[in-house]
Amino acid sequence: MEETLEKKEKILSAADIRTTFHTHGRTVQAVRGVSLYVESGEILAVVGESGSGKSVLMKSVMGLMPDNAEVKADEITFDGQDMLAMDPEQLRKMRGKEIAMIFQDPMTALNPLKTIGSHLMEVLKRHRGMDKEAARKEAVSVLNQVGIPSPEKRLGQYPHEFSGGMRQRVLIAMALCCRPKLLIADEPTTALDVTIQAQILDLLKSLQEETGMSIILITHDLGVVASLSHRIAVMYGGLLMEEGTTEEIFYSPKHPYTRALLHAVPKPHSGGKERLEPIPGMAPSLINPPSGCPFAERCKFACEDCRKEIPQYRTYSETQRAMCIYSGEELDHKEGEVESHG
Amino acid sequence: MDNKNNEILLEARDLCKYFPARDFFGRKKAEVKAVDHINLTIRKGETFGLVGESGCGKSTLGRTLIRMYDPTSGSILFKNQDITGLKGRQLLPVHKQMQIIFQDPYSSLDPHHNVREILKESLTAVSGLSTDEMEGRMEEILKKVGLKPDDMYKYAYEFSGGQRQRIGIARALLVEPEFLLCDEPISALDVSIQAQVVNLLEDLQKEMGLTYLFVAHDLSMVRHISTRIGVMYLGRLVEIADSDELYENPLHPYTKALLSAIPLADPRLAAQSKRVMLSGELPSPMNVPTGCHFHTRCMYAREDCKNHIPEMVEVSPGHFVSCPYAGENNS
Repeated sequence: MEETLEKKEKILSAADIRTTFHTHGRTVQAVRGVSLYVESGEILAVVGESGSGKSVLMKSVMGLMPDNAEVKADEITFDGQDMLAMDPEQLRKMRGKEIAMIFQDPMTALNPLKTIGSHLMEVLKRHRGMDKEAARKEAVSVLNQVGIPSPEKRLGQYPHEFSGGMRQRVLIAMALCCRPKLLIADEPTTALDVTIQAQILDLLKSLQEETGMSIILITHDLGVVASLSHRIAVMYGGLLMEEGTTEEIFYSPKHPYTRALLHAVPKPHSGGKERLEPIPGMAPSLINPPSGCPFAERCKFACEDCRKEIPQYRTYSETQRAMCIYSGEELDHKEGEVESHG
Repeated sequence: MDNKNNEILLEARDLCKYFPARDFFGRKKAEVKAVDHINLTIRKGETFGLVGESGCGKSTLGRTLIRMYDPTSGSILFKNQDITGLKGRQLLPVHKQMQIIFQDPYSSLDPHHNVREILKESLTAVSGLSTDEMEGRMEEILKKVGLKPDDMYKYAYEFSGGQRQRIGIARALLVEPEFLLCDEPISALDVSIQAQVVNLLEDLQKEMGLTYLFVAHDLSMVRHISTRIGVMYLGRLVEIADSDELYENPLHPYTKALLSAIPLADPRLAAQSKRVMLSGELPSPMNVPTGCHFHTRCMYAREDCKNHIPEMVEVSPGHFVSCPYAGENNS
C-alpha cells in the first residue's frame, strides 16, 4: 500500500464540476463544484452514500448525463485532450475505447437475446476494427484474462446461463476489450455475495497491475476500498468533503464526516462488540441544499459559521485536503482526546 | 441441541421446506430444498445471527420458523408448543408473538396508507383493544422507535429509508411480540443510517426483552449484533457457535472462506489478512451435490465427502460443526 513518491502523470483532471438537474419544475444541485484528478496507474475510490453525487459526478465527467441535466466545468482533461471541447461523436468514440465503464447491476447490462461472444465481438469489431476470426480469438483471450473457465464454450452461451459474479466478469472483459487507459467501476460488487465480491475485487486489482490502467471505483462501502485503492475521495451533499491517500483517510482522517463514517461500522480488530456511533439525522436534500457545509446539520462540532457558507479546503499534505473550517488538530482537541487508529 | 440454563424459546427439529420447481407447462420438474433437515434452538433474549450467501435458504428458514411458510416436514416448537401443524386462524396467536421486519423499507409499507393506518391495521388484526388503548399504544411505540407524534399522519414516501425501517419496526413491535425475525433489516440502508437502526434494535431488545433472529449477509454487522451465529450453505446449517468463537475459531471450510471474504475497513489489517478463496460457483439449488453439499468447492474434500452427509457434531461446548475433518484442516 506504500506509495512510490515519484510524480505521476495525471490521466484525468477535472476542475469545478457543477451538475444540476431540472425535474418536475425543480432544480436538483447534484454536484456543486468538485475538482478531482486520477493519476495514471492508480486506483481512486470515490466513496459516498446514496445521494452524495458520486455517480452523477463520474457521469458528468464522461458526458453521460441525460438531456435534463446541465453540466458546467472549468476543466475536464483526459490524457491531454480537452473533453469540454469535444462534440458528442468524439466523446462517444473515446468512451468506448479509452475510457471504459462497468456498472452495479450485471443482470441488466447484458442483452438477454445475444450470446456472450457476440457482446464481446461487437466491441472488438467496432472499436478495434477486427474481423470476425480475430475478434473471436481476442474474445477468448479476454475471457481467459478475467478468469472465466472454458471460454470457447462460454462464448456461445447467453447471459442467463451465467451467474451474477460471472456476468460481472463478462462486463469487465467487455470493458477490457479496448485496452482502456481508465476504467470506471460504479459499485461493481454491490449486487454480489461476499465471496464473489472478494473474487471480483482481487480480479480488478490484478488487472490493474497487469495492464497499468487507472481505475475509478465508485462505492458506498469503505471496507471494499481499504485493500484496493491508492487514494480515496469522500463525497457528501454534492461536495468533495475530503481526499487523501488510503492510509491518510483511514488512519488520520481530518473531516468530521469521514471520521463519523469510520465510527459507524463495527471495528474489525476489536471483536466489533462496542456500541456503534451512528451519525444522527439524514443527508440533506439537494433540491434546496444548505448554504453552508452540508454536513453541519449532523456534525457534533458544527457552529454558526459552518452554516453560513461552504468552507474552504484545508490542505494537510500533498495528497490530503478536507473541507472543514476546523483543522484536524482542533477537532482532536474538541473531541477531548487524540484519536489514533491502529 | 444444547442444555444450557437458558430457556429455549424457539426450536426447529429436522425442519424441511421444499419448493417445487416447475417447467413452462407447470409440471413439477425438480425440488428446491431451501431448508434441508435443520436442527436449531434459539434461546430467550438472545440474538441468533443467520448468515450465508444469497440462495442458501436463510430467509426461507426464518420465514418457515415464524410460520409464514408451511414446513414440508419436521417440527417447530415455540415456547414448548408444537406450532408445525397450525392453520389459518389458529396461527393468529402465534403471529402475535412472532413478528418480522423486512429488508426493503420501500416496498414493505403500503403507499396508500399513512403511518397511523399502517400501524392500526396490524393492531386490529391481533388484539381486542379499545380505540383509546390502541391510540395510546401507537403513540407510545412511535416514541420508542424515535419518530415524532406528528409523523403519524404522514405517508411512507415522506420518509427516508432509515425512518421507514423505524416504521417497520414499530409495526412489528406494536403487538408486543416476544420474537422478532429481522430479515436483512439494514441491507438497503446507507452506512450512516445502518448504525442508527442497529442501535435502536439493541435498545429495544434490552427494554422489551425481545429475542431476535437476525438474517443478514453483512458479516461484520452480524458479529456485532449476535450472541450466537449459524452459517448456512445450500439449505443446511454447516456451523453454529457463539459469535466471537465463530469469528476467532471458524472450523468449517465454508465458514473460513466466508469470513475471510469480509472486506476489512482497515487497510493495514486487510493487507495482512489471508483470503481463503473459494473455487467454482454456488451449485444450483435445484441440483445440489450429493453427500456434503460443499464438497464441490471444498479444498479439503475427500472421496467419502461425496457420499456421506456429515452430521452436526459438538466439538467444544456450544460449537457445532458439520464436517468430520474440521479439526484436521486447521494446520
